[in-house]
Amino acid sequence: MASTTLYSQRDPMLKKRDDFEDILEERRNSSDLKYAVRCYAPVLYKGLTPCKANMLKSMVLQSDHLRYVINQVSQESGEAPDIIHEEASVILEEMAHRLKISTVRFFAFTLTKAFKTLFQHICVNEEGIHRLQQAIQEHPVVLLPSHRSYMDFLLMSYILYTYDLALPVIAAGMDFMGMKFIGEMLRMSGAFFIRRSFGGDKLYWAVFSEYVKTMLRNGFAPIEFFLEGTRSRTCKSLTPKIGLLNIVMEPFFKGEVFDVHLVPISISYERILEESLYARELLGVPKPKESTSGLLKARRILSENYGSIHVYFGQPVSIRSLAQDKVNRCKYNLVPRHIPRKPTKETQSFVTDTAYRIVRLQEDSMVLKPWVLMASILLQNLEGLELSLLTEQTLWLRGLAQSCGAFLDWPDHTPSAKVVSSSLALHRGLVCVSGGRVSLVLGEPQGLVTPEEALFNRAVSVLSCASYRNQILHVFIRPAILAVAIHNAASSKKDEVFNCFSFLCKMFSDEFILCPGDTVQDFEEACYLLVKSGSVQTLQQNIVVTDRGQSTLSFLNGLLESFLQGYQVVCQYFCEEACDSLTEKQYIPAVRSFAVKLILAGNLRCYEVLSSDMQKNALAALLRLGAVSKVKVADQVTLKVNKLAVNSLEDTLGGRLPTQKAVLARL
Amino acid sequence: RSTYDCYGIITAAFSAFHSQMKQSATVHCFPRQEIMKWNGWGYSDSKFLFNKKGQAEFTGKRYRLSGMILPSLQDWFENTFGASVKQHKSPPSLNAGALPPANLNEAFLQDLTATGIPFSHEADDRVFRAHGHCLHEIFALREGRGFQRVPDMVTWPNCHNDVVKIVELACKHNVCVIPYGGGTSVTGALECPPEEMRCIVSLDTSQMNRILWIDEKNLVARIEAGIIGQDLERLLNEGGYCTGHEPDSMEFSSLGGWVATRASGMKKNVYGNIEDLVVHIKVVTPRGVMEKSCQGPRMSTGPDVHHFILGSEGTLGVVTEVTMKIRPIPEYRKYGSVVFPNFEAGVACLREVAKQRCAPASIRLMDNEQFQFGHALKPQVSSIFTSFVEGLKKFYITKFKGFDPHQLCVATLLFEGDRERVLQHEKQVYDIAAKFGGLAAGEDNGQRGYILTFVIAYLRDLGLDYYVVAESFETSVPWDRVLDLCRNVKERIIRECKERGVQFQPLTSCRVTQTYDAGACVYFYFAFNYRGLADPVHTYEQVEHAARDEILANGGSLSHHHGVGKLRKEWMKESISDVGLGMLRSVKEYVDPDNIFGNRNLL
Repeated sequence: MASTTLYSQRDPMLKKRDDFEDILEERRNSSDLKYAVRCYAPVLYKGLTPCKANMLKSMVLQSDHLRYVINQVSQESGEAPDIIHEEASVILEEMAHRLKISTVRFFAFTLTKAFKTLFQHICVNEEGIHRLQQAIQEHPVVLLPSHRSYMDFLLMSYILYTYDLALPVIAAGMDFMGMKFIGEMLRMSGAFFIRRSFGGDKLYWAVFSEYVKTMLRNGFAPIEFFLEGTRSRTCKSLTPKIGLLNIVMEPFFKGEVFDVHLVPISISYERILEESLYARELLGVPKPKESTSGLLKARRILSENYGSIHVYFGQPVSIRSLAQDKVNRCKYNLVPRHIPRKPTKETQSFVTDTAYRIVRLQEDSMVLKPWVLMASILLQNLEGLELSLLTEQTLWLRGLAQSCGAFLDWPDHTPSAKVVSSSLALHRGLVCVSGGRVSLVLGEPQGLVTPEEALFNRAVSVLSCASYRNQILHVFIRPAILAVAIHNAASSKKDEVFNCFSFLCKMFSDEFILCPGDTVQDFEEACYLLVKSGSVQTLQQNIVVTDRGQSTLSFLNGLLESFLQGYQVVCQYFCEEACDSLTEKQYIPAVRSFAVKLILAGNLRCYEVLSSDMQKNALAALLRLGAVSKVKVADQVTLKVNKLAVNSLEDTLGGRLPTQKAVLARL
Repeated sequence: RSTYDCYGIITAAFSAFHSQMKQSATVHCFPRQEIMKWNGWGYSDSKFLFNKKGQAEFTGKRYRLSGMILPSLQDWFENTFGASVKQHKSPPSLNAGALPPANLNEAFLQDLTATGIPFSHEADDRVFRAHGHCLHEIFALREGRGFQRVPDMVTWPNCHNDVVKIVELACKHNVCVIPYGGGTSVTGALECPPEEMRCIVSLDTSQMNRILWIDEKNLVARIEAGIIGQDLERLLNEGGYCTGHEPDSMEFSSLGGWVATRASGMKKNVYGNIEDLVVHIKVVTPRGVMEKSCQGPRMSTGPDVHHFILGSEGTLGVVTEVTMKIRPIPEYRKYGSVVFPNFEAGVACLREVAKQRCAPASIRLMDNEQFQFGHALKPQVSSIFTSFVEGLKKFYITKFKGFDPHQLCVATLLFEGDRERVLQHEKQVYDIAAKFGGLAAGEDNGQRGYILTFVIAYLRDLGLDYYVVAESFETSVPWDRVLDLCRNVKERIIRECKERGVQFQPLTSCRVTQTYDAGACVYFYFAFNYRGLADPVHTYEQVEHAARDEILANGGSLSHHHGVGKLRKEWMKESISDVGLGMLRSVKEYVDPDNIFGNRNLL
């Protein structure tokens, strides 16, 4: 079953993946209007309780669960239950979707127009569609796409409509609601809106979770949400948020449905619409608030070529088979099922584990373009390199990537020089070729610019380029961490290398998708891949780099270089600059100006540390490892630094201090 | 002519092996196997078969269905299981040679002979008492495979004192005793532990079958525990009384067996389950005899010691005499039935009936599969008029009322009491049913539902003749989980069958068979065509195991009334906690430190 493919460790080269079909091709040859008004009759869940979107609302408001919470809140706050009920109904009104087929048809029409100008191809694996179709009939289905762009959920609904599949209801962030008209349009195409944070709000949580569960139990429609919680600005998967996953699993744990199927979906863009927007956002230029007029201004993008999109519908994963022997459902027997309870530790860790596995499945089926390889090489050669050398190295990297199981979309029967040059052409906003040398563009040098401005312009290019390199990180991350571990470890003893590896995994677990508790498995996978590619040999509990492995190892080291440096800069900042009253809010700008200073002074060449994403992840790591802690003072959260610990982490990262078990344990 | 009439379903009396035979120590003195099948359910003369024309009939004269042709059974059978009536598989006859030789304890034998209590070590006596009616047991008999371990001898005590003597001797000579009542266990409780090296004595209680006295002032009767259900009712009926305790196995199961397994009767809504009916128990244990000193209706004297015995499954001793409540025979009895558009509506209705505490003596809700199953057992209709009326009814329900024939389900009802009250009660129940979309569907449909429970075990033998294995299992579950449990368990069974290579779609069917204030008892039937499977019993057991896991995961209990036996031991710890299990163990350790009652059930 699905679970076996999840756990079995196979040769990644042998991974069988489906073929793609271009769904735009048919659109280009037939009427868009006809397509938009065609007969739409999707297959439905066999246990479906048919109901209208409005009936859903009353089912939610009358549910035992909500009634229980309303009474509870009323008792705690002293307000009359009626008033709380009214509040709940307002929340639901604000949240609920109003799926209407006419709106969907409208989108089908307009999106076809837009897609045809923006993209060359939209490729979908049809076998995945067939699997999904079957799954929808058998069980409530949860669609879990990767999230890189605003386009994602429109695209998802568009594809499902195209294949005559049930349209999903989609959990969307409240920020969309800022766009009045579009927000309502999205609502009518199946989006429901949730506030970004409602941690303590019992009533909100109850309305929200009951709404989702009611739709799931009745098989109203597939439920779609993004495990990553938000769009990844870096094109590297974000560590999953498990709140919603918890909610959709509960009906299974409580026996209300026989099973729930999770469908990982990988959406890969050759070029992301928000490309340079993201880079600026990461550098602290605030993102434009979502507004309809903003979207209209973005029409400019319509004139650009964004290459193709690949959407891969993965094998549906049965929660039932995943949970077997992991979750004891009997524990749900002793309390009425409508009374909300915190999930147990066992459940919590199961949900987390599943979330990570799904994200890994998403990553595994991400389609990578040749440009991703080129970007990885360019970032290790910021001063630029000869076109011929770039081509040669790209080809070398292609081999390495494939042996590590990358899902590479390399055009058949095309000379490699052509592949490289057409990639360069598509990304001419990021790279330039002059005199046979390829280098990153340095932004627009208009008039006089201050050194800071120049620096930021350069950083935009680097971060944009990094967002492409990041797409391949999941392929190399385990071998790369191993490469660093081999480099940093005091000796080539396997257990010493493992200690080092395990330290790095702990350090980077917010940065990369490394499932907590999988370190041993990850280590073995990394060893397996490097041994297989002939880069290392294991000789009697020693891990030794072979001669021909040097280049691979040095590439892999280079891949993580900016992360290692970035984290060290953050540590350095905490040791040297951070004052006692540093608040959480001040942290990002402060680190950023610290790094800018270092770069301007010529003491640092790493631009990626300017990325707020990396800064946040580094802070999260330090908090997790206890080197920094949060202290609540008045209504402000300040960061308290344990300089000794931070310092030792910094040195360990830099390979200046051996990884000691004791250090780790103390941390 | 029998005065006892099990609602017209069973019409013949059963009184062969409890006749007051003169006792002697000769072997072969109480051969149940002369009137009962040794490798299947019930009476030798009663069985289903497909005749030369391919039509099903039920042989014998004992039941209402006896001697009748059942024209729709063949179609139903072939369509449901993908089986064919042409593929017949007849069981072999008993092969006594294959039996392990009796491992007799000579000293015990000598002392026992001295007491004059009859015993036997004939092969067929021993095999007959080596099993209950689990699928694997019957299958093994039919395949001529037999059992790894069978009792080494059988003894027939005639009264309480005989039992005291036997148990004393067993303790003295370290002999293992396994009490045997009606032999209808479906939990492997009667199987001999293969690792038991001592001589195993099957203690057959069938000769302790008298009603010792009836106390009309307090409406209780003192009864010997070996009495069989239908004999008890018949004898009490002669004096105008009944116990009202009617488990589906009552034709063959014994009073002692009911106590030892916490049995439940169909009419428990009026009369109560066995634990409600029992006023006093006398039990012989290796430590001595345990009984209370009075027959007060309720006591506050610490935990009720009766509850150590109720459900002890023969691990602590032998129940010899029981004082049980009796009631005057009700003046009026009426069947009824209600058709619901779907199972959900039916469950909602039963829940409401339970809430209003107006459940009739029996109320059961059969799902669609069971409804169709029941219909397949309709005898040939003799008059054109009846079939015309039947057709009209069907038209009314499916066409006029719009019930989907593949969704609708039926509740069967049995009312008892004085006439006026029954009619009033009936109206109340039908009014509730109407609120849930239920339509009254007549007495006949109701009665047919109850026929099914009496002949279902005979039907399993028919299935086995044609490569179909079948079994039933039960649970109890809170009301709010009934629907989820039924759906998930059925789905799990179908899934497991598929995964384990069962080539044909299995039959899964359930009914809500008892209602309580806080929940219901659900009864499942499960059967599949096993052609193409190397080890059908093993496959079957794996699926049943998975189904039980699913029941527990959905808030169901390990058992409502079948008990634990050896079949469900592995879940006991999970079910009653470590400490709970420890409590039971410590009772066993005190009462029976040498494990004389060594059937190894329960713990």
